[in-house]
Amino acid sequence: MNHQGEHGTMLKVTGLQKVYRGGATEVEAVRDLTFDLAEGELVCLVGPSGCGKTTLLKCIAGLMPPTSGTVELAGRPVTAPPPDMAVVFQEYGRSLFAWMSVRANVELPLKEKKLGKARRAELVAESLEAVGLTAFADAYPWQLSGGMQQRVAIARAIAYEPQVLLMDEPFAAVDAQTRADLEDLIRAIWRRMGVTVLFVTHDIDEAVYLGERVLVLSSSPTVVQDDITVDLPAERDQLTTRQDERFTELRARVYAEIQQAKNSAKGAPENPADGAGTGAARASTAVH
Amino acid sequence: MSQPTQTGPAAPAPAGSAPAPARGARPRRPHRGGAARRAGSRALHVLLLPVVLIGVYAYASATSSSYYTPTPDLIASAFVELWFSERLFADVLPSIARLLTGFTLAALIGVSLGVLLGMSSRVRATLEPVLEFLRAIPPPVLVPLMILLAGIDDSMKILVIVSGCVWPILLNTVEGVRAVDPVLADTARCYGIGGTTRLRVLVLRSASPQIMAGLRLALALAIILMVISEMFASSSGLGFAIVQFQRSFAIPEMWAGMVLLGLIGFALSALFELAESRVLYWYRGLRAAHRGE
Amino acid sequence: MTATPATRAPDPPAPAVRRRRGPTRADLGRPLLGALGILALLALWEAVPRLGVVSDRYLPPATDVLAALGVRATTPGFWTAVGDTLAGWALGLAIAFAAAVVLGFTLGALPRVRAYTTSTVDFLRPIPSVALIPLAVLLYGTDIRSTLLLVVYACFWLIYIQVLYGVADVDPVAEQTARSYGLGRLARVRHVVWPTTLPYLMTGVRLAAAVALILSITAQLIIGSPGIGREIAVAQSSGAVESVYALIVATGALGVVINTGVRVLERRVLRWHTSVRGEATA
Repeated sequence: MNHQGEHGTMLKVTGLQKVYRGGATEVEAVRDLTFDLAEGELVCLVGPSGCGKTTLLKCIAGLMPPTSGTVELAGRPVTAPPPDMAVVFQEYGRSLFAWMSVRANVELPLKEKKLGKARRAELVAESLEAVGLTAFADAYPWQLSGGMQQRVAIARAIAYEPQVLLMDEPFAAVDAQTRADLEDLIRAIWRRMGVTVLFVTHDIDEAVYLGERVLVLSSSPTVVQDDITVDLPAERDQLTTRQDERFTELRARVYAEIQQAKNSAKGAPENPADGAGTGAARASTAVH
Repeated sequence: MSQPTQTGPAAPAPAGSAPAPARGARPRRPHRGGAARRAGSRALHVLLLPVVLIGVYAYASATSSSYYTPTPDLIASAFVELWFSERLFADVLPSIARLLTGFTLAALIGVSLGVLLGMSSRVRATLEPVLEFLRAIPPPVLVPLMILLAGIDDSMKILVIVSGCVWPILLNTVEGVRAVDPVLADTARCYGIGGTTRLRVLVLRSASPQIMAGLRLALALAIILMVISEMFASSSGLGFAIVQFQRSFAIPEMWAGMVLLGLIGFALSALFELAESRVLYWYRGLRAAHRGE
Repeated sequence: MTATPATRAPDPPAPAVRRRRGPTRADLGRPLLGALGILALLALWEAVPRLGVVSDRYLPPATDVLAALGVRATTPGFWTAVGDTLAGWALGLAIAFAAAVVLGFTLGALPRVRAYTTSTVDFLRPIPSVALIPLAVLLYGTDIRSTLLLVVYACFWLIYIQVLYGVADVDPVAEQTARSYGLGRLARVRHVVWPTTLPYLMTGVRLAAAVALILSITAQLIIGSPGIGREIAVAQSSGAVESVYALIVATGALGVVINTGVRVLERRVLRWHTSVRGEATA
């Protein structure tokens, strides 16, 4: 899928900047970010940890006003959490209501949407089915494993029927095996529902494996350092895709970009042997 | 800013709850013939020490010449005679009614003010030192003050209970509301959960462990305040009756009154624990799950 | 997955400075707002009786009360009363602490024996200590021992239960590790059990310190043992409204001193503990 897209633009981020002011000091977490997501696209945002990914995501989600720049969702500016956007946070344990059953957790936003009882039940059943948790509808989140808890959060997000699904390092805190399963789950849901997904991660493999496009962020203060189209087949598989030559190439490219971002952030003189990446030249202009 | 009404750093469990919190249900395997033996051993565990203690007391009081320690059977017969009579309706039930009224009012005021304060950091900063001071006043000193203000009637006693009990509830609610998980708060915002739903589903529920801890402390205080407001200046009520017995040297009756007070304290605490285990079912489970990791 | 370990983006050096140097506006603002709150309360307290909203027979203006407190503070009787109250508080707390620590650690280490005490503890613990007032009067009259009986009874359970919590919280892995390194029983208590229990113990002490003051003053108020509580009862029965208020303010101040002191102590004792460390370096 091409990133200008045959469909319209769903999410448009223009010149986004975020400066935290804490008394005397200022921290520029995000400098100047511009990118957009076409309708139905699955885009991964990858960057070194601490590069302001979470800040960016919060600005997009309308949880935090940017210092300057705009976020538009389907042509409308985002100033507060928009009703057709859902977010899955990294901290699954903290984003679920511990005092509610799995079912109630998924159903609560639907109640706030004033959906009828029958429709709610239908959506809850469908989404729990999609994440494979039908049998655990009456359990409490803390009775489930970490991966299952994150599935609940995903079920809640898809039951909400959003146009855009934001995911903030959702699998950073689960074990490797669960992570692979959840990655496949996200691909499956995305392909079935046609929802636009922005997936933030610090894991390069994950970004390349999941995304149709990978946006590489620089270190703080953050800019978009590279925009890579992932031309892997739509049908992906943990074993074969990861062994694919093209996958390895893309991974190496993203890795080099990130390495480059890290070095320029240090302000250290660049080691030419180290920075041998395709994006090196372009990146250096972006960072300095 | 740690509050003395809160539990320790490592122990967010409500202060003074049962020493063995749920550590995950242990699967029980039925043993043949083991059930009866286990029941027997359990009964032994529960009953042995109380029986020994009462026995020792009975022996000591029977052999001692002290007038102040009547034998258990004397206390028991005084207990039956006293409290299974109209005194129950004249002294005991009104006391308990005042206690519960005061406690309920304090809970309503404390929780609503606590939510307001917890949500606004500016208001909190302004009122913090004042609250710190008001909380530090030992509630019993309010008894003479309330007598000055409200006389010696029911409203005085209820006012004493309310004004003493409101602080632990208020301050714990503030702490609880402040501690609402930011990730959960963001989640609620993303899904458009606001207004009263937010209050009901997010704020009050996530503050409930702290609120319950505050209520527990307040309940203990309420009993103390009920008794001493009646002891200090009153013409009725359980506290008054006990002091009367003591002053007129009706020793078995005095003991019967003390026993009744103890039983009321025990019963209220047991009821509270029951309510708490329902309200905080999720919290116990959550903590047990964290411990298991 | 282990065959192809995920390539993690390398950690960059710490992003821009996030540490704040020196007090910021927000830091200075809080105490300022707090002072404002106290001033506003005093102003309100002054205005309400002065404007006649409430008769000054019920609520004397703040300045009158503070003046009355000032006058009292020059009398030796006041300081004797403060001393008596504090003596009842400190002694009662110390006895309860010693008894609770000894019994708590002993029974905590002997779960089989402890099982026999649970029912009794669960029954005795919620008994309000004020129920003991008549007995205290009969046995000790207005002696300080009356005060101590109430204080010790109330505080003992608070600390005892926390010690039991703490002992139960000892990490079995740490305990086994210590055992496998051949640490003896005493060494294990010192290096494993004690550090785990300490935060719980301090919580118990913090709760008990506040409760001890409450009961110390209750005993003086009701039984008439010497202390501020008795002074308040005397002032009330002689209709000295200003004095009642002044003494209440004094007990509040005493309470603030005790609460603050205990908090400082807790922070010092638990300096190594994460919860305190976090607070100190944040």
